[in-house]
Parts: sequence; structure tokens; C-alpha cells
Amino acid sequence: MDAFSPIPALTGGVLIGLASALLWLGNGRIAGMSGIFGQLLPPARTVVWRLVFLVALVLGTLAASWLIPGLGVGGPGGAPAQLAAPPPGWNVPAPLWIAISGLLIGFGTKIGNGCTSGHGVCGIARLSRRSFVAVGVFFSVAILTVAITGIV
Amino acid sequence: MAANLRLPYLATAAISGLLFGAGLYISQMVDPLKVLRFLDFTAIPAGGWDPSLAFVIVPAIAVMFVAVRISRTRRAPLFDAQFHEPEFHHIDAPLVGGAALFGIGWGMSGICPGPAISLIAFWPDNLLIFLIALFAGSYAGALVIPSGRDKRLALAR
Repeated sequence: MDAFSPIPALTGGVLIGLASALLWLGNGRIAGMSGIFGQLLPPARTVVWRLVFLVALVLGTLAASWLIPGLGVGGPGGAPAQLAAPPPGWNVPAPLWIAISGLLIGFGTKIGNGCTSGHGVCGIARLSRRSFVAVGVFFSVAILTVAITGIV
Repeated sequence: MAANLRLPYLATAAISGLLFGAGLYISQMVDPLKVLRFLDFTAIPAGGWDPSLAFVIVPAIAVMFVAVRISRTRRAPLFDAQFHEPEFHHIDAPLVGGAALFGIGWGMSGICPGPAISLIAFWPDNLLIFLIALFAGSYAGALVIPSGRDKRLALAR
């Protein structure tokens, strides 16, 4: 058990659920991250609330790291946040590895209409058949990718 | 004024974003290495696996599930004329292929789109490269697959 922390995990999960519930019951919008930022790009129609949400997302992360310091990475009491290094022995520069990862995530979530939040939290909660398929596929492929690359 | 520019609507978006961001920090899903330790199922036999992500997503789904049940008894959300529920129900190649490509990218870095944005708060090295690539990939995807409800529904007919 490497740094397994059930109480913060459950607390954070409830907050993410409340955030999604609020956006749904208040504004009738699905709190899907890839959708919220993906539709900022042209031909964007509803930009303002998406920007407000994303700025608040960053501020919420920052504020929580000051109010409850030292939970892990980030904030005054935490370790510095780091992105993953490419797997040992692959000989790929870190920026290139990160760029390929970002391209695949951006492209994949756009054509697949969602990510961990939109399909994973909201879609499963709506009992959407498409979301069950998407979640099964992206979790399996991600687990396989980690096993094959040996990045951890 | 359009419904989505009124103050209660924007305040709801802001509070939702704040709660979501706080949740990502408190659960530490903002840490890509922690997410990778969940995705590393090869560590299960040795006992080094970190199951935290499951303990985050299950209560999140449970809370949202209750909200969806409540919404089924209402005609509209509080601050807009309708629930923007996806009307596209086909399991098609873009869904499966897109999820697979996302899975590869997610397994390479441990970053999904929510934490990608919230990591701006802590600004680790190479995050800017990641975000530019994320937006570029999303834009490329929009060129390949028609985006938006009307176009997807038209495609399905």
C-alpha cells in the first residue's frame, strides 16, 4: 500500500460529486472537463461560464492546498507537483513524451465525447450505455499502457 | 440577457469549479504519479498498489447519481430552460477509438483533463507543453468528428 489514503480520497470524491450535482441541478450542464474546455475553441458558443468554471477550478485547488496543507503534492506544506518522467530505457525526451500524451488525450476525449469526469462520473451516474463502454475502454487501455511501458 | 450570462448561473459554475478543484486537491488526484500508482495493476501482487482513485470516483458517482434521480422529477434545472443531456446513444467507432486513444495518453502521464487544468495551481515543469498539446489534440479532434448535438444526431440518422 503505497501512500493509500482512504479518508482524503472519499472526502475529495464527495466534493467532486457535489460539484457535478450542483452544475447539473443548477445549470443543467454535465461537469465533463474535456467538454468544458474543448468547447472553448472555435466555433465556441457558450464561453463565459466555461471560463468561469475553469478559473474557479484552479482557484479551488489552490485555496484547498492553503487551507489543508500537506496532504501530498501542492501548496505550502506539500511536495512540489511533478509530471511523470518517460519510462526508464525508452530514451524519449520528457517534453516529447508529455506532448504525445497531451495530444492523445485531447484528440481521444474530443472524438470520444468525454473523459474521467464526463463519462466516468456523470455518464455512469446517468446510466449512459456510451459512458459504460467508454469507461471500460479507457481504464483497460490505461492500465495496459502502464503495464507495457513500465512507467511506474 | 441569455440565461447562461445571468449571475446565478455564473455563480453556480464558479462554486461548482471551486468544489471540483478542492476535491481534486484533497483526493490528491491532482498528483499524476498517484494516479499512475492506481493504474499500475502490476503492483497488486506485490502489495504496492494504490487503490485511492476507486475511493474517489465511487462516492463522486454516488452523489451524482442522487442528483440525476432528483433531476428526473423536474422539467428544468434551476437556472436554465433545460437539462443538456446528451441525446446521442449509439456505441460507435469514434466513442471506442477515442476512449482507447485517451487511455493510451492517460496511461503515459497519469493526467486526465480535470487535473490537467487544476495543476495550473502548482505549475509543474512541462505542464505548459501538456496543455498546449491537449488543446491542439482537442482542436484536431473537432476537425475530424463533427462536434455538437445536432451534427452528431444528423450523423447517426
